Amino acid sequence: MAKLHVSTTINGEPQEFLCDADQSMLDVLRGPLGLTGAKEGCGTGDCGACTITLNGRIVCSCLMLAAEAEGQKIGTIEGMAGEDLHPLQQKFLESAALQCGICTPGVLMAARALLEKNPDPTEHEVRFWLAGNLCRCTGYDKIIRAVMETAAEMRAAR
Amino acid sequence: MDVHYVAPKTLDEAVRAFAAAAGTGRILAGGTDLLVQMRNGVVSPGTIVDIKKIGELTTIEETKEGGFRIGAAVSGAVLREHPKIRKVWPGVVEATNLIGSTQVQGRATPGGNLCNGSPAGDSVPAMVAAGAIVTIQGPNGRRELPVEKVPKGPGRLNLEPGEIVVSFTLPSRPKGSSDAYLRMIPRTEMDIAVVGCGVSLTIDNGTCTAARVGLGAVAPTVLLVEEAARALIGSKLDDAALAKAAAACSAACCPIDDKRGTIAYRTKVAGVLLKRTALIAAERAGGK
Repeated sequence: MAKLHVSTTINGEPQEFLCDADQSMLDVLRGPLGLTGAKEGCGTGDCGACTITLNGRIVCSCLMLAAEAEGQKIGTIEGMAGEDLHPLQQKFLESAALQCGICTPGVLMAARALLEKNPDPTEHEVRFWLAGNLCRCTGYDKIIRAVMETAAEMRAAR
Repeated sequence: MDVHYVAPKTLDEAVRAFAAAAGTGRILAGGTDLLVQMRNGVVSPGTIVDIKKIGELTTIEETKEGGFRIGAAVSGAVLREHPKIRKVWPGVVEATNLIGSTQVQGRATPGGNLCNGSPAGDSVPAMVAAGAIVTIQGPNGRRELPVEKVPKGPGRLNLEPGEIVVSFTLPSRPKGSSDAYLRMIPRTEMDIAVVGCGVSLTIDNGTCTAARVGLGAVAPTVLLVEEAARALIGSKLDDAALAKAAAACSAACCPIDDKRGTIAYRTKVAGVLLKRTALIAAERAGGK
C-alpha cells in the first residue's frame, strides 16, 4: 500500500520521511533516517535502549508508531552533544559507566531528562527514574554514580 | 494485510473511522500495550485510530461540580504533573504512575489501561474505588458507565462496536476524604500486580462515613467489593472492622494460579492489602 508521508522535527531540524502505517519510530530512525544511536533491545518497551524524546518527554521509540511523529518534536542521542559532549556523556566516558554500550544511548537520554527536571536528585530518585533502562553489564552502580556526580558538577557550574 | 493509520481531530471522525473498520479497528492511545501486541502477532489491526489529536481525550479539566474529568488518552506523566488531582486523588495518581517505567509513563494512559482489559491493570482498582464514571461515545451517541462495569472478562469489554472510551469523571468529595492504592509485586518496580487494592474513603470526626474498595488481579475482572466497604463504613477503622473488611476482600477473590501467585496466596494478600491501603487512605484523609 501507499506509504505515509510524515513531516516532523528531529533534533531541531525539519525532517520528512515515508513509512508504513504499522512501522515503529525506532525502525524509521535506524533504517531510512540512518540514526542508529537508539538501539533495539527488547522491542516491547522493557529495556529502554531505544529511548528518545517526544516533545521533551522520554518514550520508547519501539512503542511509538513513526506516523505519530507528524508535527511533533523528536530528540535522539545524536542531538545530545553540541560542540562538546554533554556533561553526562563526558562523565560516562571518564568513569567508565558503560561496558558494551548498547544501553548507553538510552540511559543518557533518560538521565538528561531527569537532570533537566530535577537538577538535585537523590540516589533513590535516580534509580527509580532509570528503572526502565536495563543494563546487563555494569550492575548499575557506575551508571548511578556517574549521574549523581554529573548532577553535582552541573549544579556547581551554574 | 494493508494497515491504515488515521489520526482524526474530532471524536465524531474517530468514531466513524473506528466503526467503519468493524472488527479490525484498534484504538491507539499510548500504544504501550497495542504495539507490543502487534509485534507479538496477538493483534493485526486493519485500521489504527490514533485518538491523541482529539482535545477532549487529551486534557484534564475540573468539572463544575468540583470533580475532575480526565481524558482517556492523558498520559500517566501528565496526570502526575497536574497540580490538583494528586492532592485530591493521590491513590488514582499513584496507581496510574505504577504502570511501567518513566518512558512508559510518558505514553501509557488510564483509558488504555482500562480498555486493555487486564484484571491486573493498576489504575483500574483505584478508579473503581474512586467511583469514576466513564464517558463512552459510539455510533449511537454518548453514554456513561461506572468504571467497574466496563470490563467483561480478560481482554473483553462491555463496549459496543465503534464505541470509544472518552474520559473518566471523578466526583467532588467532602472534606476528610482521600484514597490510596497498593499492589503486591515480588520486586520494587516494573512488574504486574499479583494483587492490587484501591481504597477511597471519607473520615468525619474519626469515623469512616463513606468508602469504596477496588480489587485487581484476583478475578477475571477488577472487582468493586461492596461488602468490604460496608465493613469500613461506620467504624473507626479499628482492628475488628479492618479484619472484617479484609475477610470480605478475601471472600470476593476468584483468582487463577499462575507464575505470579497461587490462588491461596492471592486470596490472603487481598485481605492484607485492604488493611494497609485503608490505613494509608485514612491517614491521608487526616482521620487516623
